[in-house]
Amino acid sequence: MKAYVCMKHVPDTAASIRIIGGKEIDESLKYIPSPHDEYAIEEAVRLVEKQGGEVVLVTVAKEAAVATIRSALALGPDRAILVKTDQTFLDSRDTARILQKAIEQDGPADIIFAGKQAMDTEGMQTCHRLGAALGLPVVTDVVRFEAGAGQATVEREIGGGEKEVLEIALPCIIGASKGLNEPRFPKLPDVMKAKKKEIKQIDAGSLGVELEQAMQVQMLEPVPERSKARIIDGGTREAVHELVRVLREEAKVLD
Amino acid sequence: MANIGVLIETDSNGVKASNFGVLSAARGDGNQVTAFVAADAEGCKEILGRHGVKTVVELRSEGEDLAARPELQAKVLAEACKEYGLEWLLGLCSSKGRDLLARVAALTDAPLVQDCLAINLNEKTAVKPFFSGKTTATLSLKGDFFLASIRPNVIDWNEAPVEAEAVTFSSSSRDEGRLAVKEVKKSGSGRVDLSEANIIITGGRPIGSAENFKLLEECADTVGGTVGASRVAVDLGYAPHSMQVGQTGKTVSPKLYIACGLSGSVQHFAGMKTSKVIVAINTDKDAPIFQKCDYGIIGDLFEVVPVLQEELARR
Ligand SMILES: Cc1cc2nc3c(=O)[nH]c(=O)nc-3n(C[C@H](O)[C@H](O)[C@H](O)COP(=O)(O)OP(=O)(O)OC[C@H]3O[C@@H](n4cnc5c(N)ncnc54)[C@H](O)[C@@H]3O)c2cc1C
Ligand SMILES: Nc1ncnc2c1ncn2[C@@H]1O[C@H](COP(=O)(O)O)[C@@H](O)[C@H]1O
Repeated sequence: MKAYVCMKHVPDTAASIRIIGGKEIDESLKYIPSPHDEYAIEEAVRLVEKQGGEVVLVTVAKEAAVATIRSALALGPDRAILVKTDQTFLDSRDTARILQKAIEQDGPADIIFAGKQAMDTEGMQTCHRLGAALGLPVVTDVVRFEAGAGQATVEREIGGGEKEVLEIALPCIIGASKGLNEPRFPKLPDVMKAKKKEIKQIDAGSLGVELEQAMQVQMLEPVPERSKARIIDGGTREAVHELVRVLREEAKVLD
Repeated sequence: MANIGVLIETDSNGVKASNFGVLSAARGDGNQVTAFVAADAEGCKEILGRHGVKTVVELRSEGEDLAARPELQAKVLAEACKEYGLEWLLGLCSSKGRDLLARVAALTDAPLVQDCLAINLNEKTAVKPFFSGKTTATLSLKGDFFLASIRPNVIDWNEAPVEAEAVTFSSSSRDEGRLAVKEVKKSGSGRVDLSEANIIITGGRPIGSAENFKLLEECADTVGGTVGASRVAVDLGYAPHSMQVGQTGKTVSPKLYIACGLSGSVQHFAGMKTSKVIVAINTDKDAPIFQKCDYGIIGDLFEVVPVLQEELARR
């Protein structure tokens, strides 16, 4: 069983983002594996623990991603491939083509796990594009996964608390969501072991993918936080009565 | 004038109101709008016509149930986009909308922007959140066919009545048999989906139990709203993950968001920042949430919410 996990290197979700020159960001930040990708890693590691084989991480990023990859290797994958690029915002379309080539170069996948969406650029499409490029079926927003013979049974959330149960032929691509599993917390020996694991670095250019940048960042703008709340005080009844009045008559958000 | 397609979502009550903003965006200043529905084009044509749709197309496959075959559904939709000479295909950024649009984008290798807050069909640009709502990015697109999903409730709509005709688009393509929906597990709550709700009441850590969420549910029901939860409330088992709002949960954009017992973490705000009005109820006057919302009541949610329910019910 050869399981790949596509893992993106993204700014820590709590970090504040400083925009530089209207379309770049200050990258002197703490970076982490994109949160949904941690569920992807955990699921791949559990599958390989059960069936044997190896878990290979694949990341397309700047060289600084090595530290993030090390931290992800402590969660159980056997080795990693870092495809280096100098682009800050590689769109999901170009990314999927690079991931495709990197995976083809390393050898055929029995299954590929990824996150349902990257936490920085929120493209929500890399899984589907990678599926089309590799000729594999895809399902995302996955909250339950069970591998069977030649196929897997998955559940995906479809809104309103409803879930779809699907059968998907293997090999396939699974887009993990929170709820799929509880990622393990790496222990010190895991961290030590991760230091010795292989991170193969290749240049994106060597894979022969021409960047098309069909979805290019033209401008980045900060979203201002709201200012302080207007505190409505008084006794509970009085305050709530006033709040509802304000919501109806001033804010006009209630009928 | 361009040919714009819109993927319409329906529920047991017919065309969902959340489509109307997408239809207004599609119309722009006089585009030709074609709507795609999974069933009953005839039944949808009056309401869609009121929103400027000229042609309502029902997608069909000869012999297969498209709803159970996501790959075939995408293939048929991609064929229809070509047949109708569309420049854009728009839809809602709901679980179903964004999945189907991503499938069509992958099949056609066309640019797709998910979760748009604004869109310019002529200029081929779209604005979407980057970094969990901390920034917005304007993306410029290259190609000859484009797709976009739009965050529910962010685009204002108005009616622009025309006479719509209902037609069928039938495809003889076959499914590859790689992916099939076997079952849909209903939730039974009957409440609107979080991502499309107009009013959301959310509970955080101090809710304390699944049982206590009823307090919020009853309050939400008086105004046709829906209930959400913070990640902590979900992780402690008080609510299912499908109710989680935030970076690793749902993104919501209601008119009114009432946060009961939430501290106001960045990760939570990532999922609800674009709400029109945010109200916080918190016992701690120094809670960070009061620094970044519209209205606040300092008090115990267990005292405030029942009174809120009474006041909301009183008209
Ligand atoms: C990668 C990552 C992703 C995350 N994703 C999400 C996400 O999607 N959604 C999310 O919500 N969080 C997310 N989090 C977690 C987030 O950082 C916070 O921990 C979480 O939002 C806090 O939940 P809370 O506000 O319910 O609880 P707390 O932070 O504990 O706040 C509880 C608040 O309730 C107040 N309070 C106490 N008792 C009462 C009472 N009786 N009445 C009224 N107020 C009371 C307290 O004053 C306090 O302000 C994520 C974190 C990480 C690291
Ligand atoms: N640069 C990247 N390197 C590795 N994996 C990626 C990269 N970009 C996206 N992915 C994977 O694709 C998933 C969905 O990303 P997206 O569709 O861009 O939101 C992510 O959660 C990752 O698993």
